[in-house]
Amino acid sequence: MDIFSPIQLFSDWVSYSLLALQRKSVAGNAVNFFITDSIKILILLFVIIFIVTFIRSYLPPEKIKKVLSRRFELIGNILAALFGIITPFCTCSAVPLFIGFVESGVPLGVTFSYLISAPMVNEVAAVLLLGLFGPKIVLLYIASGVTIAVVVGFILGRMKLEHLVEDYVWKIKAGKTATETHLSVKERSSEAYTYTVDLVKKVYPYVLIGVGVGALIHGYAPENLLAKIAGKGNHFAVPVAVIIGVPLYSNAAGTIPIVKSLIEKGLPIGTALSFMMAVTALSFPEMIILRKVLKLRLLAIYIAVLTLGIIFTGYLFNIVL
Amino acid sequence: MKIQVLGSGCPTCKNLYEITQKAVGEMKLDAQVEYITGNEGIQKIVELGVVSSPVLAVDGKPAMVGFTPDIEKIKEAIKKNI
Repeated sequence: MDIFSPIQLFSDWVSYSLLALQRKSVAGNAVNFFITDSIKILILLFVIIFIVTFIRSYLPPEKIKKVLSRRFELIGNILAALFGIITPFCTCSAVPLFIGFVESGVPLGVTFSYLISAPMVNEVAAVLLLGLFGPKIVLLYIASGVTIAVVVGFILGRMKLEHLVEDYVWKIKAGKTATETHLSVKERSSEAYTYTVDLVKKVYPYVLIGVGVGALIHGYAPENLLAKIAGKGNHFAVPVAVIIGVPLYSNAAGTIPIVKSLIEKGLPIGTALSFMMAVTALSFPEMIILRKVLKLRLLAIYIAVLTLGIIFTGYLFNIVL
Repeated sequence: MKIQVLGSGCPTCKNLYEITQKAVGEMKLDAQVEYITGNEGIQKIVELGVVSSPVLAVDGKPAMVGFTPDIEKIKEAIKKNI
């Protein structure tokens, strides 16, 4: 039995008994869809973000920095990308993180792997994908995000671009990590709880908007709307989807429910995946902030290689799936 | 006693500064809260060996890393480090 079936029952009761909408009618469908998805995502957000935050309290970026500073490449890239999965990413930390990593001897390419994976594979995106698409797509998303982070970071590392990092970065002397926190499990859970509530409050309005728009598309947009314009036959669909995704930063919560409805209307999975990756991994605020530590040429190379990686993944899944 | 909020110029960091000011006011501490941001803030953060922002520092030592909206947690972090 589906663990979410009570939600479906509740949602059926609200839509068809309480609101007396016709079963199988367009409005009934859209309302039912909206109630089911928004409750399901709310529960998943609470549970998963709490768990991830709790685990993360044992792995602060300062500790990750220590592990990665052993100057291994490839293994370092893989570790960095994996650590990136559980790291939340706030653009305000990008610069201190970059300087701190590079300063303590983390190779440039490994630092990039982390910088790509941390925002791209984030827990909010994972929760929405799990709630709306199921475990298979989440794993696909995480696996391809990690792969892109490893490969792109490794390539950038091989290109020996250290001279394109702003000179002042190398002059800053990083201090010894002063924070050695010994928190009890109770303290960690209480912190994780506060963080979760705060994050859900911030993200949930976007989820509701996204699910609402998604429900409208689900109920009202004609079948196969996108199959013709953005279907597999259109080879430009993937790059166009990536370009549209860039300015939608920080609204992964609002975007993913809409994408789900677009897939129902004929958008291929690969195109949808690369669109979602562009939403989470490529953003203007992050680029502007990274310009503080990267010379323009390196920033351009970084964006170009990452974009190509995302587009390639989109094509790959369109061919394979 | 010196209380500083170190940030990289993001809205979250400013938010922490405001809550910290309020916390210090409520604790009736004889301390000024200093807000250091931009390149100088980043440099201070890195010098402390921290790689996330914002940072709440008491007498030049990191008392809390990252943001929390919970004023009680901030008070506690300051108390522990006085």
